[in-house]
Amino acid sequence: MADQPMLPELMKAHGISRRSFLKYCATLTSAMALPPMLAPKIAHALESARRPSVIWLSFQECTGCTESITRSYAPTIEDLIFNAISLDYHHTLQAASGHAAEAARKQAMEANWGEYLVVVDGSIPTKNEGYSCIAGISNVEMLKETAEGAAAIVAVGTCAAYGGIPHADPNPTGAVAVGDIVTDKPIINVPGCPPIPIVMTSVLAHFLTFGLPELDDLGRPKAFYGETIHDRCYRRPFYDKGKFAESFDDEGAKQGWCLYKLGCKGPTTRSVCATVKWNDGTSFPIQSGHPCLGCTEPDFWDNGGFYKPLSTPAGDYRKFAAAAVAGGAALGVAGGAIGRANKARAARAHETVDAHDLEKKS
Amino acid sequence: MSIDLRSARHGHALAELKSHVSTGNARPVLNEILAALEKLLADGTATTIDLGALPFAAGDERMLDAVLGKGEVAATLELSGRSQVEETGIPGVWRIDHYDPNGETLSRFVEVTFLPEILKSQREDAETGLTRLAARLEELDGQTH
Amino acid sequence: MNNPYFDLLMWARGPGFDIALTILIGGLLLRVVEIVVLSRKKDLAKPKGSPVLQGLKTIFTRSVPRKGLIKEAPVTYIGGYIFHIGFAIAFLFLGAHIALIDDLIGIQWPEANKALIETAAALAVVALIALAWTRITNPVRRALTTFDDWLVWLLSILPLVTGYIAVNRIFGDGTLMMAIHMLSAEALMVAFPFTKLMHAVTFAMARYYNGSIQGRKGAES
Repeated sequence: MADQPMLPELMKAHGISRRSFLKYCATLTSAMALPPMLAPKIAHALESARRPSVIWLSFQECTGCTESITRSYAPTIEDLIFNAISLDYHHTLQAASGHAAEAARKQAMEANWGEYLVVVDGSIPTKNEGYSCIAGISNVEMLKETAEGAAAIVAVGTCAAYGGIPHADPNPTGAVAVGDIVTDKPIINVPGCPPIPIVMTSVLAHFLTFGLPELDDLGRPKAFYGETIHDRCYRRPFYDKGKFAESFDDEGAKQGWCLYKLGCKGPTTRSVCATVKWNDGTSFPIQSGHPCLGCTEPDFWDNGGFYKPLSTPAGDYRKFAAAAVAGGAALGVAGGAIGRANKARAARAHETVDAHDLEKKS
Repeated sequence: MSIDLRSARHGHALAELKSHVSTGNARPVLNEILAALEKLLADGTATTIDLGALPFAAGDERMLDAVLGKGEVAATLELSGRSQVEETGIPGVWRIDHYDPNGETLSRFVEVTFLPEILKSQREDAETGLTRLAARLEELDGQTH
Repeated sequence: MNNPYFDLLMWARGPGFDIALTILIGGLLLRVVEIVVLSRKKDLAKPKGSPVLQGLKTIFTRSVPRKGLIKEAPVTYIGGYIFHIGFAIAFLFLGAHIALIDDLIGIQWPEANKALIETAAALAVVALIALAWTRITNPVRRALTTFDDWLVWLLSILPLVTGYIAVNRIFGDGTLMMAIHMLSAEALMVAFPFTKLMHAVTFAMARYYNGSIQGRKGAES
């Protein structure tokens, strides 16, 4: 299975014309900010690429990432690319279970040593390896073992990329990201809770055609995480005009004004939600009236509250302010008292001088 | 009613005003097209320019359309969403706009070529066509007999 | 993996702000209470006019320059006005700042648009630069200028410049610039009670005091 070219047969079977495929490749080059003259090369590479063997490891996760990627309402070419990979192990999707499933993973690793792709969703617990096991194998062990022969690792979702929700304070399981365990393999982080399906498939397509995409400091493909939501938000003009929704049901909310004051993290969040959108381009959170939660960023769960504006303090400042009022007033009284005492002492020490004394001296 | 009219007129005026907003990117793109056309005529090399790769405001769009003008060929392709392929008033310079099934723009290109690849019947599609035609003829024969 | 820029932003929004607010409030109270407690000797003479009314009036009338002084030092007066008004507009009418004030004390008012705020901020910066210029070129003002003046000048211009950069993403990472903007404002808060910035509070006390002395004597202030 892994030896066949992956796309042409599938396209034929799904009645997708090569013209549609050319359109997809042209759009993909544009989306990934590649020179447009590469489109035919991408087309050729995708058509002749062998089915890559993919081992998908799910650790401390909610299956939301798998749901996101397998959900699509029309048979698009992105789906086909995802369908075309040889998904040799995915414990949610595979039919095999128990020993047979683990045997499939081992077999896929041996057959494609050094060439297979590992996709990980979910974070890895480190406090007690027993917190999350598959077939009696701890997550850490399975990741290390599987990563050893991998060509590259794709960390799908914020949990795998940065620790995500399990990593949230106080992090009871000691959850860490893939990058904290595996340090000697290329890792592509595709964060999001969940990530956008086309981002995932485009990263896969890029990997199959040109290898690793260009990554930012947080290991994310620059083409999809280069700009903030705020930069591309259709509500940005309202931000600039100073028109904000103050609550979820006020006139501003109905008019579709900026959600900054309702805690929108658009200005600090890098993703293409505002342009690519979700559910086949239907909408994205801000368009549906909810502020961005900032889910593509590390520690988004602990970044000062989802509904607090970015400009407001995130700490427990009231306690400090109260202490400051009391402390400041007390110090002020003390300072004043010292001042008065000094004044009184100076007054007592003051010698009266009259005109005669002055005359005598001069 | 009068308010509606006024706001409609206001909206129109605003759209008119916005259509003049320009980033100044149209001119460099036009120069690039000129160079690409010279190259096409010199050695047959086709060039593709991604209009999504640089900021392009409504005013730039106007300028591009005004300078290139309308040509002789306009084709609409139905490829999981519409695609519009048009030759501009400058033969050899084509505009290709891809849309998704909801009519949202996917990507926009200027191609400087004699015939855009996407207009040609693709070999793979022709192979499918051959199978399909043969099947239809067989069906036709089955009906007549 | 962490985003160091976001961590810095969270420090600025968390501990950084807590520290700055504590020092600002504590310091302000310390200085104001100290002045009030120190007080003045009671004037036993019978007032010839209205000290309270004259005092209150003086708080406002001293905001208008005396005749001829604008001509005498135009940059100081006009630049001073532009800076104070520009800074106030940029600080008080940006949506993000109103959200902060709303969070702190639960009151809010309408936001201004970006064009107005940025014009105000830009004018305030230009005014500060002009004021610095006169401090350097005018020998008297140069002799009067101390380290404290330059520190306060820097602390006043930084929030304006960093805020403009953060909102418009002139350069640098947006998150980082937002964090730097907050930290610059926090530096201003920390320095506030212990520098001449304190005049923003004490000007009213001083003017009232001067005005009421004149009022008691039955004079206009």
